[in-house]
Amino acid sequence: MITMFYISTLTLLICYIVMTLASLISKKTIFDREKNSPYECGFDPKGSARFPFSLRFFLIAVIFLIFDVEITLLLPLASIFNITKVFSWLFTSTLFLIILLLGLYYEWFQGALEWSK
Amino acid sequence: MESNCFVLLVEVVNYLVLIICVLVGVAFVTLLERKILGYIQIRKGPNKVGYMGLFQPFSDAVKLFSKEQTMPIMSNFIIYYFCPIFSLFLSLLVWSVLPYDVGLVSFNMSILFFFCCLGMGVYSVMVAGWASNCKYSLLGSLRSVAQTISYEVSLALILLSFIVLLGGFSLELFNKYQNYIWFMFLSLPLSLIWFASCLAETNRTPFDFAEGESELVSGFNTEYSSGGFALIFMAEYSSILFMSVLFVVVFLGSNPCSLVFYLKSMFLAFVFVWVRGTLPRLRYDKLMYLAWKSFLPVSINYLFFFIGVKSLCFVLNL
Repeated sequence: MITMFYISTLTLLICYIVMTLASLISKKTIFDREKNSPYECGFDPKGSARFPFSLRFFLIAVIFLIFDVEITLLLPLASIFNITKVFSWLFTSTLFLIILLLGLYYEWFQGALEWSK
Repeated sequence: MESNCFVLLVEVVNYLVLIICVLVGVAFVTLLERKILGYIQIRKGPNKVGYMGLFQPFSDAVKLFSKEQTMPIMSNFIIYYFCPIFSLFLSLLVWSVLPYDVGLVSFNMSILFFFCCLGMGVYSVMVAGWASNCKYSLLGSLRSVAQTISYEVSLALILLSFIVLLGGFSLELFNKYQNYIWFMFLSLPLSLIWFASCLAETNRTPFDFAEGESELVSGFNTEYSSGGFALIFMAEYSSILFMSVLFVVVFLGSNPCSLVFYLKSMFLAFVFVWVRGTLPRLRYDKLMYLAWKSFLPVSINYLFFFIGVKSLCFVLNL
């Protein structure tokens, strides 16, 4: 644990030093308002970049959330194998996975996975 | 107490050596990529700098670091500035799960740690795209995030089937259990799915929608230059190297303390480049269908199968 703490601190430090080095030795030219504006193929930027995006991306994130929670619930499957009866382990995991799989097929059937209609 | 401090020191120094070797490796992987792509497209690739272009990556690095750093006025500058640092930090930290017998941090839960790093990696891309406040960056980061999280599910489920089979979260178990047969032969389809998911996870070519240079200028890193771009680039290639190493650990089981391990990892890194030189980019909706409609059901069904195998082995006392 303490090793991990030192290691992550050191890694962060290394990355930070590299970035700082790049900022220090980079050749600065004159600051230009046109150069510092958001890149839009040479045109003046048209409107803000914080625009509404397609709801599909949001929906994918929601489906991902469901599956990730289910994976979190599945993860202890390996470590509880030694302390449970094998039949109850098999029964519960099978039940859980069947629900997961049927849920996926239901989403598929309902068209939640369709990207474009 | 004293010996404890000594062990700590050894582990930290070993890790630092590993990180430096990874960074040098990343430099040479870029050279390898350019060279192989060159020969695939029947041209030479870099062959002038140093001896036969061997010092090309270093001159590239010097060039990148001495370029001008832009400060986009519309961006949220602090977040914009720190995102590459965060991204490189994550992809270097994940190397600590490598199952060396001695001298490195030996995790019991290394696979969980790997998943954590993988999950956090999404944020750096998303925030980098959002903070630079450019339309191309935002679109690129949205695409990249949707793609990465989709493939992460099947990646986790594939690894979960092996976790169930081995009964633990440690990567060292993979060495032990693949003594007689590689998992690649045990479940070939799963290994192929894993490889494709790795390609999608690291935003490599058939799935490189994070920087679709034909429609978005450079994707989420459009606004980055010099140091920031270099760090993002290094993070990307370091995660590619890590994915190929992890493929070797999981499917082509061999001990990291042997030479064969490194030859296999080299070959996997070569395959990553080979795929880039061969396949055209997919369509975005097909990418999503591939993740949700074929990889996910297959990996869940495989998990079913492995649960059955595990209980059967237990019942038959194997």
